[in-house]
Amino acid sequence: MSTYDDELRIDPVTGQPAIRTGDEGRINRISVFVFEWPIRLWHWLMVVFLIVLGVTGYFIGSPLPTTTGETGEHYVMGYIRFVHFVTGYFLAISFLFRIYWAIVGNHHAREAFTLPLHKGWWWAGAAHMAAWYFFAVKEPKKWVGHNPLAQISMFIFMLYLLFMIFTGFALYSEGAGAGSWQDQMFGWVIPLFGQSQDVHTWHHLGMWALIVFATLHIYTAVREDIMSRQSMISTMISGERMFKDDRPE
Amino acid sequence: MSHTQTFYDVIRRRGITRRSFMQFCSMTAASMGLAPAMSGRIAHAMETKPRIPVIWFHGNECTCCSESFIRSAHPLVGDVVLSMINLEYDDLIMAAAGHQAEAVAEKVMEEHKGEYVLAVEGDAPLNEDGMYCFVAGKPFAENLRRAAKDAAMVIAWGQCASFGCVQTAKPNPTRGTPVHKVVLDKPVIKVPGCPPIAEVMTGVLSYILTFDRLPELDRQGRPKMFYGQRIHDKCYRRGHFDAGQFVERWDDDGARKGYCLYKMGCKGPTTYNACSTVMWNQGVSFPIGSGHGCLGCSEDGFWDKGSFYDRVTDIHQFGIEDNAETVGAGVAIGVGAAVAVHAAMSVVRRTLDKADEKAERSGQGQG
Ligand code: HEM
Ligand code: HEM
Ligand code: SF4
Repeated sequence: MSTYDDELRIDPVTGQPAIRTGDEGRINRISVFVFEWPIRLWHWLMVVFLIVLGVTGYFIGSPLPTTTGETGEHYVMGYIRFVHFVTGYFLAISFLFRIYWAIVGNHHAREAFTLPLHKGWWWAGAAHMAAWYFFAVKEPKKWVGHNPLAQISMFIFMLYLLFMIFTGFALYSEGAGAGSWQDQMFGWVIPLFGQSQDVHTWHHLGMWALIVFATLHIYTAVREDIMSRQSMISTMISGERMFKDDRPE
Repeated sequence: MSHTQTFYDVIRRRGITRRSFMQFCSMTAASMGLAPAMSGRIAHAMETKPRIPVIWFHGNECTCCSESFIRSAHPLVGDVVLSMINLEYDDLIMAAAGHQAEAVAEKVMEEHKGEYVLAVEGDAPLNEDGMYCFVAGKPFAENLRRAAKDAAMVIAWGQCASFGCVQTAKPNPTRGTPVHKVVLDKPVIKVPGCPPIAEVMTGVLSYILTFDRLPELDRQGRPKMFYGQRIHDKCYRRGHFDAGQFVERWDDDGARKGYCLYKMGCKGPTTYNACSTVMWNQGVSFPIGSGHGCLGCSEDGFWDKGSFYDRVTDIHQFGIEDNAETVGAGVAIGVGAAVAVHAAMSVVRRTLDKADEKAERSGQGQG
């Protein structure tokens, strides 16, 4: 039987001591600080913004049943579109902020933007995680930051955000008018896709891509929370990654 | 016909009053979005400048552009396109035919080298060496390149010349090709629409005559003054759109009340044209004014975007005809199902593992 082990553990990535140890029978629950508060705040803001954008976007494409009565008394489409556009702006601004934080934040803040494609351990880790999802190995590896598969999906998600912001602002520029800054910055996107209608179609597909991402993401977050060797959801809330066992690897 | 005649000379001889002429000039200035004072400048240009020599070609097309401009609003516009320019060659409406007509074209190309405007209706089929459209014994594409060589500029009248229109709809058997992809060495002004609005056509010509240069073009090569806004931006049903009042079925109450046609597939929100302001046939109406959605006839590839009556339109990238909604929902449901199966397998796996562990531990205890 092992006793409480209070030795100072050093986080291999940040080089900082990770001293908080827990008490749960025989296991030392080591926790490492991973996500700084701006990342966590950004994450949960994303959840809110994207739900709002997805729902309002859906109703822009397929509007609610016709309102009756005086035209002047209603402004349904106006409000829906307004909320969509305002949230779109929030999304774009918070994305810029997220990039800023990737630069000034800790090592983990950069994970979603840079894939260490030249590192053998990373590919081996990705293969191991894939095997874990195919039930081919008994146990996943421990990861302080994102596991390589998660990192790939986060990277794709960042590109996705960029895509939605560019197509979204291109559509917005059509209302803002020729010569507006939106037009000058994003107007070129429209002939790139063909015409306005095509941009609508691709932007609309983006809504479904989001639903697919959210399904996979939330499923894996919950599944890993239960089945992996480290905490997940609480990590996105407190920033602390807790490991469920003290075996290395 | 003397080549130094001005537009003003010509119309005065036809008995049109100066008052009518001035009205036309201010209307044109207004339709171009110019300041009122500019109408004087337009009038001055039309009184003093010789008319622009024009060669007017007809390729793969239906002549609806020509049909359109002879039905324009102002009494004077009636034949303004024809009198404003020195229309030397137009195989559709000229009196001469055959070799005589072709001789005229040759003459203009020589006499007005580098000055004349080449106006084109229709596109050029390129498959089978251009066999699908023969004019004057030669493939149209060849005539087009030849005439464009010495032109000052090229105007692509209408949807065929600008983007291809129905002849180039998938699978485009003749490989119909719009003018800007055939003529690569000259500025091409696109005046899209099937057909384009007559006032827009005269407006473009008036601008060139008055200012001796191309009107400002947008990214797709269309004059900004007429194609700078969408139908939707100026539609008189827009209030109903904002209020969420839609026609849901043809002939429902909303249709009778003139509600927005968005749900009936109106392409006004994605179509750049002047219909909702200038309107058609002497300002009588335009599609939405007559209770039908906009087809988007001045937008690139509008025949290939699926039904005219769908809001969320078809995409072809997937090999099948499907719209964003069905593709997206299909994939989402597929992924959802895969996740559910994976989750179930995970539960089974975990239960088995737990049982194994237990057995192992109790085994150890006994041993
Ligand atoms: C991931 C986030 C987003 C999602 C899921 C989303 C979803 C949608 C959907 C489904 C539509 C309807 C498309 C159609 O069928 O015509 C739409 C339209 C639109 N979205 Fe987004 N969108 C997002 C981000 C943005 C952003 C960042 C902007 C920028 C301001 C934006 C601006 C617009 C505009 C201008 C329209 C067209 C509105 C109209 O035609 O009235 N969107 N969006
Ligand atoms: C539409 C909704 C969501 C989106 C777009 C989203 C997006 C993201 C992104 C971009 C990251 C990477 C953060 C970074 O490195 O900067 C992330 C991480 C994470 N998200 Fe979400 N998220 C969503 C919903 C959720 C929900 C509902 C949960 C909880 C059940 C959740 C749990 C997590 C966790 C645990 C991580 C950390 C993953 C890891 O450490 O590898 N997310 N999410
Ligand atoms: S009828 Fe068409 S153009 Fe007019 S407001 Fe409705 S969607 Fe827009």
